[in-house]
Amino acid sequence: MIAWTIYITFAGAVVILLLPRIFAHWIALIATLAGFAVSLETFFRPDVDLAHFTTIVRVPWVPALGMNYHLALDGISLALVLVTGIAAVSAVLFSWDVVDRAKEFFFWLLLVVGGAYGVFLSADLFLFFLFYELVIVPKYFLIAIFGSTNKEYGAMKLTLYSFFGGALVFLGILAVYAATGSLDLNQLAQFQFSPQLQSWAFPVLFLGFAVLAGIWPLHTWAPTGHVAAPTAGSMLLAGIVMKLGAYAGLRVAMNLFPQGFQMWHSSFAVLAVIGIVYAAAVALRQRDLKFVIGYSSVSHMGFVLLGLATANVFGVSGAVLQMFSHGVIGALLFAVSGTMIYRRTHTRDLDALSAMNLRRTLPFAAFTFVIASAASMGIPGFSGFAAEITILIGAWKVYPVAVWIVGAGMVLVAAFTLRALKRAFFDVDPAMADAASPQMEPITIPEKLGAGLLMFATLAVGLYPKLLLDRIQPAVETLRFLK
Amino acid sequence: MSYLELLKLASPEAIVVLIALAVLAIGLTKSNPKPICSFVTAAGLAVAAGAALMLPGQATLFGGKLVISPLNTLFKIICLALAFVTVPLAASEKSLRNSGEFLAMLLLGAVGLMLLVGSEELLMIFIGLELLGLSLYVMAAFDKIDIRSAEAGLKYFLFGSTASAFTLFGISLVYGMTGTTALETIGQKLAATNFQPLLAVGVVMTLIGFAFKIAAAPFHLWAPDAYQGAPIPTAAFISSASKVASFVVLGKIVLVGFGPFHGSAAWHAMIAGWSPALAVLAAFSILLGNFVALAQTNVRRLLAYSAVAHSGYTLIGLIAGGRDGFSATLFYTTIYAVTLVGAFAVTGIVRRETGGDDLQNFASLAARSPFAAACMSIFMLSLAGLPPLAGFFGKFYLFSVALRADRGLLWLVIVALFGSFVSLYYYLIVLKFVFVEKSREARPLLAPPHFVTNATIAILAGAILFFGLLPQTLAARILNSLP
Repeated sequence: MIAWTIYITFAGAVVILLLPRIFAHWIALIATLAGFAVSLETFFRPDVDLAHFTTIVRVPWVPALGMNYHLALDGISLALVLVTGIAAVSAVLFSWDVVDRAKEFFFWLLLVVGGAYGVFLSADLFLFFLFYELVIVPKYFLIAIFGSTNKEYGAMKLTLYSFFGGALVFLGILAVYAATGSLDLNQLAQFQFSPQLQSWAFPVLFLGFAVLAGIWPLHTWAPTGHVAAPTAGSMLLAGIVMKLGAYAGLRVAMNLFPQGFQMWHSSFAVLAVIGIVYAAAVALRQRDLKFVIGYSSVSHMGFVLLGLATANVFGVSGAVLQMFSHGVIGALLFAVSGTMIYRRTHTRDLDALSAMNLRRTLPFAAFTFVIASAASMGIPGFSGFAAEITILIGAWKVYPVAVWIVGAGMVLVAAFTLRALKRAFFDVDPAMADAASPQMEPITIPEKLGAGLLMFATLAVGLYPKLLLDRIQPAVETLRFLK
Repeated sequence: MSYLELLKLASPEAIVVLIALAVLAIGLTKSNPKPICSFVTAAGLAVAAGAALMLPGQATLFGGKLVISPLNTLFKIICLALAFVTVPLAASEKSLRNSGEFLAMLLLGAVGLMLLVGSEELLMIFIGLELLGLSLYVMAAFDKIDIRSAEAGLKYFLFGSTASAFTLFGISLVYGMTGTTALETIGQKLAATNFQPLLAVGVVMTLIGFAFKIAAAPFHLWAPDAYQGAPIPTAAFISSASKVASFVVLGKIVLVGFGPFHGSAAWHAMIAGWSPALAVLAAFSILLGNFVALAQTNVRRLLAYSAVAHSGYTLIGLIAGGRDGFSATLFYTTIYAVTLVGAFAVTGIVRRETGGDDLQNFASLAARSPFAAACMSIFMLSLAGLPPLAGFFGKFYLFSVALRADRGLLWLVIVALFGSFVSLYYYLIVLKFVFVEKSREARPLLAPPHFVTNATIAILAGAILFFGLLPQTLAARILNSLP
């Protein structure tokens, strides 16, 4: 059943190309809603084995080379399929105002979404890599055609970084394939690779994936890419694409090469900690609201990498939870800054925004941004808190020093979030307080629906994290490198 | 053996020769010969392909001068098909006067291709090369008014005849050492002898001739001018069918004829033989082709330098050797040929409409002809090796075969992966002009090209997508046809 997320999304993409432009929005909405509904249905079905990577479909594809069309599901992939559905639906809702070249826009958008579903469900390494690379080019067009600030530069930078990571991944996959002759992830997870191979193939693969997850120092594509992208583009980047890298690092690199992981995990933990603190510090100095959020994405993804590097059940489960959580929160932050604010004010400069008295003119945007900021800072009750505290508990057992540094970093996160919040919405100039505020188009219904969906998701998981953790943890416990 | 039987076995070649004479005659008598000549040419090629299908499974005539085997028949059909799709390109090219003569030359070139593919004897191979070469020189210089066309023809001729001299010299040395020109006997004789310096000279000289034919660096210098200056159908034919046939023959020569002197191209354990020589050619071609292509502003020149790089990738399969390696090379070169014919067809449309084929001429093609833009993006992305297009599977096949054959070839695979990372940039630049860039002067919508041209492009693009999604259909056929 869950395999239909992939088919529906790609079918939607094709249908958009075939039908006239006026239908594009609706088809995209229907396709993403259907995908989301399918993932929800699986999520709440009691009889699904989420502890093991269970095969859903397996059809021979290129028998001569041992390639199969092989999809599988466990709790980790289900959580990520779900966040893909949420981010996709809200991204379409926040793109309701796209009119120019709308067919192309939603075609590329659905390709990204479908590719992401494919990555999260693939159990064949070749199929996995196919979907993984499939996501790269649509992102380029989404940003380069429909983006804003410095869009061509941002798009090309993002694409080249992704493709560079892709080349490393390609090399790692070839090494796996040459050593075993198999591409089946479940089989490979049983295979004993030689330590010599693991010692170089693990960092190559993991680093290749981590480029997409925004690991320091290969994160620089993320802020520029996020800023250049149209709203839906940055929502998908933050909500889905960065998760691809982290998920793949866990599913492929760590699970296939446990010994390689043992050799390298502390180095990656160091990079993760630097990323968390460094990106938060940089975000503190940004003037462009989207740059602030872009760097906060890098900082939050640092938590994911730190969680993965802990190599214990708490840390890794927390990392998966953080992928979900940041997918929702990141999408929400970009939705507010990109569509609710930028489309109406045509500026994202914090100084300019502070003069606009947005709290009065766009109260709903202010409300949404407050919720999103609270979730992003890790206030209890939101998903960010549940995820980050789980990661830190896991990390405390392995790297107590890192937890102290990250704790300091979290203060920086709170600082830049509050600064952005204050400058954008609550920095009322006394001279302007009584002046008539400029008229702005009110927040539209699709925007409210999209924001509502995202806020509901972060609250639901924040108040009741067991909802996800109960599905993630059993799957994490069966991963090989934890035994 | 009776002549009738011989004629049956050589029926595809015989049919094409007769059609060539017929087309020549029609071209001389009719006042507007283009439509009828094109039709007769296309029909003749189709009939010849049908005749090739009827050939018996296995036959060897005159000590290997004409060999009928599943492999040879398959590639005769592929070469005929590539010549077939070149015909609509020639028909829509307005600058070609005397189209009867041009098409006759195309047909004679096709005979050369079939002789090349269908022979396993050095003298016959040389005759095939010369027949093909002479037709191509004339076709390259066919646009008598255009000075670039003349330059293309002259350069191609000078380099080509020099390369032929090298090949002939090499062949004569090999003949002197072994006393035979049949590939299989050469292989047996060489297996019984030691590696001698004179033989090394013979092998290297033969390889140089082919390196010219496939435009491997440093023997590529003719390619940019020929690709840019020659009429579009000629350029398409040079880059597709001629390259496929050359790789088939090169593969047979090195793997069957020089098989015992394979040597080894492994990084720390190089052993003298032809494979390290090809490995150096391949690495040099990949690096030079990709880096020089970065600086090009003319699409045809860009395609020429990328062709150099692609020759490098394709050689990797031969270096890996064996049945799998040869099969990977043949798959890749076939896919590459299909892609390039398509790319040249789109370039032809753009050139007719805008009068040039610089990158700037492609600006906003997406707005003026969404169909051509979509097909161009399929061709470019397949060349860049992105899924789900055939070029992606081709690269995976090549590189995985190389690593599985010899772990020591890792260095070459890394060079190739790095090269394809670099190449993404310039392919994306082409697409950036197509989709993002606005053209300097307002240009009207493209007048829809003739529907045959459109259908050809659509079929080529469809083939790339089809072989990308179901590579088994072609790969298994090639693999099974290899002994």
